[in-house]
Amino acid sequence: MKQFLSFISKEFSHVFRDRKTLLMLFGVPVVQIVLFGFALTNEIKNSNIVIVDNAKDLASQQIITKLASTTYFKISRELMNASQIDAAFKSGDIKLAIVFPANFYTDLLHTNKAQIQIIADASDPNTATTLTNYVNGIIADYQSQMNATIDVPEQINLDVRMLYNPDLKGAPNFVPGVIAMVMLLICVMMTSISIVREKELGTMEVLLVSPFKPLYVILAKAVPYLVLSLINLTVILLLSYFALGLPIKGSLLLLYAVSTLYIITSLALGLLVSTGAKSQYGAMTLSLVGMMLPTMMLSGYIFPIENMPLVLRILSNVVPAKWFYIIVKDVMLKGLGFSYIWKETLILFGMTVFFLTLSLRNFKTRLE
Amino acid sequence: MSAAITLDHITKTYNKGATMAVDDISFAVEKGELFGLIGPDGAGKTTIFRLLTTLLLPDKGTGTVVGNDIVKDYHKIRGIVGYMPGRFSLYQDLTVEENLKFFATVFGTTIEENYDQIKDIYGMLEPFKNRRAGKLSGGMKQKLALCCALIHKPEVLFLDEPTTGVDVVSRKEFWEMLKRLKAQGITIMVSTSYMDEATLCDRIALMIEGKILSMDTPANVIKAYPEKLYAIKSSNMHGLLKDVRANEDILTCYAAGEYIHLSLKHEGKESEAQLLNFLQERGDTDLIFKETIPTVEDCFIRLLGNKDGNKEGNRN
Repeated sequence: MKQFLSFISKEFSHVFRDRKTLLMLFGVPVVQIVLFGFALTNEIKNSNIVIVDNAKDLASQQIITKLASTTYFKISRELMNASQIDAAFKSGDIKLAIVFPANFYTDLLHTNKAQIQIIADASDPNTATTLTNYVNGIIADYQSQMNATIDVPEQINLDVRMLYNPDLKGAPNFVPGVIAMVMLLICVMMTSISIVREKELGTMEVLLVSPFKPLYVILAKAVPYLVLSLINLTVILLLSYFALGLPIKGSLLLLYAVSTLYIITSLALGLLVSTGAKSQYGAMTLSLVGMMLPTMMLSGYIFPIENMPLVLRILSNVVPAKWFYIIVKDVMLKGLGFSYIWKETLILFGMTVFFLTLSLRNFKTRLE
Repeated sequence: MSAAITLDHITKTYNKGATMAVDDISFAVEKGELFGLIGPDGAGKTTIFRLLTTLLLPDKGTGTVVGNDIVKDYHKIRGIVGYMPGRFSLYQDLTVEENLKFFATVFGTTIEENYDQIKDIYGMLEPFKNRRAGKLSGGMKQKLALCCALIHKPEVLFLDEPTTGVDVVSRKEFWEMLKRLKAQGITIMVSTSYMDEATLCDRIALMIEGKILSMDTPANVIKAYPEKLYAIKSSNMHGLLKDVRANEDILTCYAAGEYIHLSLKHEGKESEAQLLNFLQERGDTDLIFKETIPTVEDCFIRLLGNKDGNKEGNRN
């Protein structure tokens, strides 16, 4: 036991004395959260739009006020007629134009039908789609308000609800993703590098030729990174709570429990990488290409799995991060309990057992 | 006296038999002996160390360390040997004291408990005990590594090229330490590619390509050198080597330090005079020609049996 503790304290010394490792350990999650949270967001704010209001009646004014009151749009100016729209787009600073026809309100009242023209700059199709969706939402909202006050509501009432993320905010989606990535990064890459480094330095040979059991060498390597990962998880959760205002809806205990399971999966993977890699560089490449890439691509965190071809959809099932991502989303964002995630947890548990057995069997008590 | 280490027809190959590392080697090392494995890189020295420290399994043959089989009793062996691998470089980011403390704990002991074992060596390091191992000089690193290998009072010490990359003074100090350890009754097996260190061992084995070419005390290895060996020097060494090679009576010749070492096909005053004449005719001046006592290196070069006999043999 004394040997074991001494080994663990040695591992911590390695981590805390290496500034680069420390920076990576705690810098990466912070940078990722900040980047994804503020910079690389799908939300579009303060887009400049122009309005051509040929009606200038009650309804058009109400809708314009509604549009202007959101953070999505900034009405840069009102144009006198539709022929000016083209020039406004060409000047480049506007994203969207909204045209109200003459007699807009009268049409609406008498025929129960009125049209609004939305012209978007589709040179960036994603932005264009998002912005038109925002406008649709706002107008639908206006319609439903109006229908509440009149007797014969005949307009088509679009009922689109964005569950769990009604404002289509980016943050809820990527926080579980960042957790999955960072845990994998720390556990797989750092663990494998630290084991391979011992091989490179020749210290592994000495450790093997000692009464210290090889199994303990592995455990002693794993414990510090388990602790560091849990600290990191806490940092990410605190950041997302305080900086991004994202509440944790489910049980914190459950979240930590499944995270610990996922960390152990990753540690086992790191161990597996270390048995295959001969140099620190090799270990890094193997972890980055072999682990990070599939995690980013196939966990559903950047690209939705439903949209993938069948082969990739099947392949995504062997990526542990996919299951962890589902679990974290369920617990953190939807506030679901264990009874809803037991299936995913069981799969993750099975993977952990599999990788752990495999890597322990591959770890040699000799050099070959 | 019982044997501390035995090897019995040990063969070890790598890459599924494609690379021969150790080829049917048998020898024994007595208890308390300082035994040297001498040979160039790739001779199989490291493989022998790894076999004996149970890090590798032999393809064929058996071996023992203090009576324990290197395959079956590997756990016992791991408790009683000290091992310093060739590329052992400690934990660079831990201090001298932390390194020693860590290895002491791993081997189930403490620095205090076995302090007298390492007192001589650690005494030199103690002023730097708070310095990180990565910031130590090569000589000090080796001393620290030796301390780490000694901290648990091993019965047998395996040192794989402990002096490679270490300055001359530190190398000398290191061998002094080995002598003192030997006096304490520790069996030491050491490998080196520095031939001048070979004479400091009790017995040496000259290895090349996985085979032992010769094994005896350094004095006997030298005595077994069959021909007379001469050393020659002139003002223009490069020209001299060319000229010597051109002589038909030359058996072997190669540069060795500031001299050229050579042996003749026909020994005797007559041939010597003929050679000198031959060289003077070719314009070599300031010739110094003398008979010299072979070194282990000369023996080694001879054993290598270079057919052309003119390969650069000097390694230091």
